[in-house]
Amino acid sequence: MILLWMIFILMAGGILAGIVAAWSTVACRVIALVSITLDMVLITGVWMGQDVSTAPGTTWIADLNLPWIPSFGISFHLALDGLSLLMLALTFFLGIFAVLLSWKEIQYRTGFFHFNLLWVLAGIAGVFVTMDLFLLYFFWEVMLIPMYFLIGIWGHANRQYAAYKFFIFTQASGLLMLLAILGLYFVHGNQTSVYTFDYFSLLETPMSPDVARWLMLGFLAAFLVKLPVVPFHTWLPDAHSEAPTAGSFILAGLMLKTGAYGLIRFALPLFPESAVEFGPWGMLLGTVGIIYGAVQAFSQTDLKRLVAYTSVSHMGFVMLGVFAFTEMALQGVVMQMITHAISTGALFVLAGALYERIHTRDILQMGGFWKRTPFMATVSLIFVMASLGLPGLGNFIAEFLTLMGSWSASPVLTAIATAGLVAATAYSLRIMQKIFLGKDAHTHVLPDLSLREKLVLVPMAIAIIVLGLFPQRIIDTAQTTVEKSDNNHTTTPVPARGMLSVKGGNHE
Amino acid sequence: MIHLLWLIPTLPFLGALILVLTSSSISRRAAAIIGCSTIGLAALITVLIGYEFLATHTEAYRHVAWNWFAVSGLSVGFSFHLDALSLVFLFVITFVGFFIHLYSVAFMHDDAGFTRFFAYLNLFVCAMLILVLADNLVLLYLGWEGVGLCSYLLIGFWYDEEKNGYAARKAFIMTRVGDTALAIGLFMLFGVFHTLDIQEILTQAPKLWSPGTQTATIIAFLLLGGAVGKSAQLPLQSWLPDAMAGPSPVSALIHAATMVTAGVYLIARMHGIYELAPLAQLWVGIIGAVTLLIAGCSALTQNDLKRVLAYSTISQIGYMFLALGIGAWSAAVFHFMIHAFFKALLFLGAGTVIWALHHEHDMFKMGGLRKRMPVVYWTFLIGAGSLAAIPLVTAGFYSKDQILWLAWASAKGSPWFFIAALTGAFITSVYTFRMVFVTFFGAEKTHTAHLPGKLMHVALMVLAVLSLVGGFIELPHTFGHVTLLSDLLHPILPSTVLRAGAESSEVLIQLIAATVALSGVLLAYIFYIVKPSLADEIGSSCFEVHQLWYAGWRFDALYNLLIVRPFVWVSTINKRDIIDQFYTGLVTATEYFGKTFSRTQTGVLRWYIMGITAGAVIILTLSLFINR
Repeated sequence: MILLWMIFILMAGGILAGIVAAWSTVACRVIALVSITLDMVLITGVWMGQDVSTAPGTTWIADLNLPWIPSFGISFHLALDGLSLLMLALTFFLGIFAVLLSWKEIQYRTGFFHFNLLWVLAGIAGVFVTMDLFLLYFFWEVMLIPMYFLIGIWGHANRQYAAYKFFIFTQASGLLMLLAILGLYFVHGNQTSVYTFDYFSLLETPMSPDVARWLMLGFLAAFLVKLPVVPFHTWLPDAHSEAPTAGSFILAGLMLKTGAYGLIRFALPLFPESAVEFGPWGMLLGTVGIIYGAVQAFSQTDLKRLVAYTSVSHMGFVMLGVFAFTEMALQGVVMQMITHAISTGALFVLAGALYERIHTRDILQMGGFWKRTPFMATVSLIFVMASLGLPGLGNFIAEFLTLMGSWSASPVLTAIATAGLVAATAYSLRIMQKIFLGKDAHTHVLPDLSLREKLVLVPMAIAIIVLGLFPQRIIDTAQTTVEKSDNNHTTTPVPARGMLSVKGGNHE
Repeated sequence: MIHLLWLIPTLPFLGALILVLTSSSISRRAAAIIGCSTIGLAALITVLIGYEFLATHTEAYRHVAWNWFAVSGLSVGFSFHLDALSLVFLFVITFVGFFIHLYSVAFMHDDAGFTRFFAYLNLFVCAMLILVLADNLVLLYLGWEGVGLCSYLLIGFWYDEEKNGYAARKAFIMTRVGDTALAIGLFMLFGVFHTLDIQEILTQAPKLWSPGTQTATIIAFLLLGGAVGKSAQLPLQSWLPDAMAGPSPVSALIHAATMVTAGVYLIARMHGIYELAPLAQLWVGIIGAVTLLIAGCSALTQNDLKRVLAYSTISQIGYMFLALGIGAWSAAVFHFMIHAFFKALLFLGAGTVIWALHHEHDMFKMGGLRKRMPVVYWTFLIGAGSLAAIPLVTAGFYSKDQILWLAWASAKGSPWFFIAALTGAFITSVYTFRMVFVTFFGAEKTHTAHLPGKLMHVALMVLAVLSLVGGFIELPHTFGHVTLLSDLLHPILPSTVLRAGAESSEVLIQLIAATVALSGVLLAYIFYIVKPSLADEIGSSCFEVHQLWYAGWRFDALYNLLIVRPFVWVSTINKRDIIDQFYTGLVTATEYFGKTFSRTQTGVLRWYIMGITAGAVIILTLSLFINR
């Protein structure tokens, strides 16, 4: 029941905030803040109360199954396991900051903004707990449409274009997923004469490899575009650079993660054989993304575009790790989802803070800001180092586990992906250099971080350090989910992988 | 006492943390006290622990601070391992680090970033200590990258200058190329051993591999890749001379005494792997030998005092690599220790000179400082003597002589290694005394602005004493025969196997080495004191060679051409993302067809009728053909 409450609180909070804004914008902001905080408290309670790691077999912490449209086999089925729990906690943690970020930036149609913000979060939270494929599609749309408004109404100069692009990419790929869902529904119905959208029933659907391959591609379409994987990434730089700060923040921090989550939760378990077949290609796409994103990031001059391309690069690690089919790589992916959300989210906050002060995102017009904003510079240094994968910060654990776990699957691709870390160093240090180092030849009025901004960035900085030094709690929480997902694939024989599996000397 | 081991890296970390958190509100005095006292305490604890370690004949001590992470068979602790090898490194890092901290209080006194400087410096010491104490390779990697970060921050410490930032990024990125190899090495090691615990790997390796196994060789080469990056050896050496953009104490501590020797530590630590990979070990030696020669040649031609020292550092680490390559493990560690003393001393001395002369780096604009700054002169002379391996009195003689002799006499040694090392020794003593004569002798060319104070003198004098007497802990068989250090290291690092019948040549080799060092000094004396015009004549007659050496054999130009420019070119040309052009094209095509076909919707009835008729005719015709 608690799952329903969490989503309900966000949706109701959104409506209430939208209405109240007519009288008082402060009250509207406070309502938004309170509803997300309430959810955060709830999920923390669940996390603390449940010893997820030590109870093998009891994967599901909470489960709620209400009939919705029984005649079509559609139910309102929500369930929570370790992975979902982590994702929900992340959603609410970042959600709180999203409201704080908009406190000064959004002064126009505040009520509608907060309505959209909370509904996006509700959609994302829904995706993370839904166990019914029809419901999945429903939440997929719930998070898409408000996001379209967030970009299109409160964005920067070129917002219309970016919003359309975002909408069309996501919607088109989402429709392919819908087709695949329906396909799976009918295949399962024909075989067993039980027509249902329920995830658990569909898991063991017998089908011919051809059918499975096509259906999986439908799911992959939605998830790969969302992630995004090169070459479906081009909506991302536009959407990121035009969205308001909170928009980019949610987009990078949470919405991309629904793609990764979808891969782990749906695409792989539903079509285990086809997924293994696709594995080498998935890893290849991931590696290409890592390198391509990093090279692209290096040349960007718009700070938000730059960070957007770093996201493309970092999400490549997710692809690489997911399709390596090892427990370690998958743990790395889960870690990457969380740490990337925090580190990249924080970089967008910094971009927003700089834009608020100097009204440009062009890094060529910045430089030497360290002297005047030492606090901001120090915090930026932490997140820049996180993005280049410095040990001691959370992202290192993620990338290290992903790469080490992928090594046995494909040494060549892993080696190339590791070399991507050098490119990551190049673009990350460029951020530092162009903004904070060099000569300060500017006359901007440039105050250091305000209390409100510190309230956002300091907890995030602490989080990324704690994740880097004490990651075990996260690993344990995700353990049962990861193990289960991994078992699905270790039982199936791994086919020969052609050119992509040049064996390293590690099996002697 | 030994259970306080965790305090050694923790104290500098706390110092850094306090300095970062209070940076805006703390006074210089307080910052200096926090910065120095944390390192001082760490040094004190090191001595106490070292005493207990030796007194109780402990083999090794392990301390698990907490379990870092454990995933499917890989369990990594935040845990420290103390043995004789790490003890030697601990000792050098904390002591040299402490005196450099003291020196920095005076050196950085008027700098606006005083607190920031000490925060970075403390953080560096912490990371370096973690590196040498780590009991597993992941934690070692953390220290490894941590020192890289601090090195980046400190090279670019004066960030106003664009070129300092460039040097800082160059250092970070180039060393990261090596780190990538190291990381891949870790993946492979885990693939083979299913653990990254160093001791575990070293015990299992001989059971699993026979010497020369391909996997062992590949792994050894990958680790070597990491080592050459960090230790500025061929082919990743060119970042170090530029790293001199940082303040002089930084050059002394990070880019001479400690961080750059991390590669030496890594290879010495993983010696078990190299003994199973003779090919890789041979290459360690070859890289060392070639590097020590080419860096020495470059040092001969530099005018910037600090760049001479930078190339000299690369060259001296080349000696250490050579020693590792011939299996003279403890000789490498010995030279590391002595080098840390005299090179820190030389950098601090050079820093003092540069500081006193308004940041003048060109030594040909110095001169005559012998009388103006006697303490600096004498200590610098001692450091230079040690670097040039002046026989008997300096520590550098004993450490370098050991390598020279073993290059000849060790079973893995060869006449080629010996010749390279000997030539290198000659070059070393020439460029060292060229530096001394040009800087301190002759006429005074630049006015000294301020003279060094007590704090600087103390640091210089302590390091000078160490550069003299440090060598006596290890004396050759031919006289004295003291083996304190190698005895200490023996349980961890195997002793060097000698070629049969090579023992007799030891005295001869020592005599040759001594002669070569002294004749180098003599040559420098002739060229720069007796007849200064001679050096210019030779320089201009071999102008091409001079330029090549001066530019560090043009490695920078090569890398720019091969890597940097193509990368930037690809990145810049594709700034607008070619893939996006495809989608834009899709949109344009859709719009085009939409517009084109919308023209057919004219609203004129006769066009529609004609269209229907034409369509019908075409379909009927087609159906006729298809039916047939």
